[in-house]
Amino acid sequence: MQKFNKLQSIPAYLPIVNIDTDMIIPKQFLKTIKRTGLGKNLFFEMRYDDNGKEIQDFVLNNKPFNNSKILIAGNNFGCGSSREHAPWALLDFGITCVISSSYADIFYSNCFKNGILPIILEEEKIKELSEYSNRKEEISIDLNEQKIVYGNNEIKFNIDPFKKKCLLEGLDDIALSLEKSQQMDAFEKSLKEKKPWIFND
Amino acid sequence: MSTTLYDKIWNDHLVHQQEDGTSLLFVDRHLIHEVTSPQAFEGLRNANRKVRNPKLTLAVVDHNIPTTDRSKGIDDEDSRIQIETLDKNCKEFGVQLFGVDDKRQGIVHIVGPEQGFTQPGTVIVCGDSHTATHGAFGSLAFGIGTSEVEHVLATQTLVQKKAKNFRVNVNGKLAIGVTSKDVVLQIIGKIGTAGGTGYVIEYAGSLISDLSVENRMTICNMTIEGGARAGLIQPDQKIFDYLKGRPMSPKNENWDKALEYWKTLKTDDDAKFDKEINLTAEDIAPMVTWGTSPQDVASIDGKVPNPKNESDIDRRNSIDRSLQYMGLKADVALKDIKIDTVFIGSCTNGRIEDLREAAQILKDKKKATHVHAMVVPGSGLVKEQAEQEGLDKIFINSGFEWREPGCSMCLAMNADKLKPEERCASTSNRNFEGRQGRGGRTHLVSPGMAAAAAIAGNLDDVRKYQN
Ligand code: SF4
Repeated sequence: MQKFNKLQSIPAYLPIVNIDTDMIIPKQFLKTIKRTGLGKNLFFEMRYDDNGKEIQDFVLNNKPFNNSKILIAGNNFGCGSSREHAPWALLDFGITCVISSSYADIFYSNCFKNGILPIILEEEKIKELSEYSNRKEEISIDLNEQKIVYGNNEIKFNIDPFKKKCLLEGLDDIALSLEKSQQMDAFEKSLKEKKPWIFND
Repeated sequence: MSTTLYDKIWNDHLVHQQEDGTSLLFVDRHLIHEVTSPQAFEGLRNANRKVRNPKLTLAVVDHNIPTTDRSKGIDDEDSRIQIETLDKNCKEFGVQLFGVDDKRQGIVHIVGPEQGFTQPGTVIVCGDSHTATHGAFGSLAFGIGTSEVEHVLATQTLVQKKAKNFRVNVNGKLAIGVTSKDVVLQIIGKIGTAGGTGYVIEYAGSLISDLSVENRMTICNMTIEGGARAGLIQPDQKIFDYLKGRPMSPKNENWDKALEYWKTLKTDDDAKFDKEINLTAEDIAPMVTWGTSPQDVASIDGKVPNPKNESDIDRRNSIDRSLQYMGLKADVALKDIKIDTVFIGSCTNGRIEDLREAAQILKDKKKATHVHAMVVPGSGLVKEQAEQEGLDKIFINSGFEWREPGCSMCLAMNADKLKPEERCASTSNRNFEGRQGRGGRTHLVSPGMAAAAAIAGNLDDVRKYQN
């Protein structure tokens, strides 16, 4: 997984609440067996018309937002299905940081598995930051310091220390868990005695 | 200390816990399907890892499979590749698969319980958000992403942080024609789509215990639509009776041991919940959604809301956007909304009791001529049972198509989809923009309400059609 540390970009602002995973990446693109290549279909139905032409007033279709690495959006971002294709599509498009006032749980944890930082801020702050999108000015994110710098201001954000560490170091979850294989063996052994039916043998 | 059912299951599955609360949780049951697993198996292969416990894993094909005759193979190349990939992966890693030709094939959340793979007190995960369905059996069941699928395959555990406890109490009796689908839509309307975020919901109260096992599944199924990852119900005799004798249920002395344990699975009387709400069953009417989020719900006697009456600006904009997408005018009576399509199926309402409920309304009646209607049984076994009871005949006589099992128009990954602006009364669980096909307009309803809509040709009150 790609490490995450600092990021600087003009943010793209999508002022819609409850952006669901079907909007982020519709199901016709879930038939892939790969993780890559989904960026061109990110927000497909808002981004293209019936003939496959780009819809001009959709933010990500316009310069400089077609190169944004930061997406600011309304609350409850990523609700709906568990599809990891949603963060894969964001990542493939180039977005590695999302800012919203709340996220759906599964989407939130999927971001961290893919080197995407989902930041939670109060609505007020989001409105303030969205001005930078309107004015096409860069903002910068510093994960280590847990702060967003914009103009002469900065805001701190909260993040779970363990998730932060994993992002900063680009750690592979599975390798980390496998370090606990002794505990796993012990757990399974006692489970076989306590609840033999679980293993059906 | 007093604990909830969720606390108990959680504590019982802790393999390891870090100081900050990040925990490694043992997974008893892992369900997989063709859409969210290929990248996970590829990850295993690239890292030279094995599936730690193939016997605790069960695979099905459901999401993109055609529901028409499948004997000639699958036309759509991408779907075919995904299905073949699952087949190959299951063989290579030793996982049991109910493939295209297997009678037991069906929607993952219908197959698990049907086989007795789903059991009380277990932790069940699947790369699918409606995994909460299995919570009806008193298990902690939730959806995970593909990276987590890979993690579970490799380690039989999952990294998690504990959620908070939320109890939804529903007491009283439902009026005739009102079902558990209406109950859960009412709950979501009340708490909102993010109301359960960060929580696990326990459903309790006299109504919940009165419900059948399958009706409880409908409620737990849509928990995710209220933002909570898992929803569960204390297991009782109905659950034990349901599981007895199923192919993967415990046998002989294991059954006795399991039963003894299952009976201990309850929330303590004085356990504290972080949040609690109460509903009265008598107040619930047949429900229908009018917008593009499951919280956009009203009783069938109601009207499409008027954004002008909404003081919160974000909410007003979102209603505006929904009505525009749905092609609806404010203040129109819901019963005046004409529909084009009826879909009966999905993991919410594709079980035998759902089909019985719809068939009972449709018996000796015809669907409106302009309506295209289809029934997609949730599994091969549901289909077989329905055919034994003659339900297929009732559906066909009233003008419905009788299909092969799968997810179908619930998410429209296969050929079953709405055309732009087509309006559907659907027994599925999501009315998001484009969910049932690009530009398609979904109204979520119970199976009885779907049947009523098919007959009337518009959204209608099922209570008028009781046979
Ligand atoms: S029926 Fe619908 S909600 Fe259920 S698993 Fe299939 S696609 Fe998901």
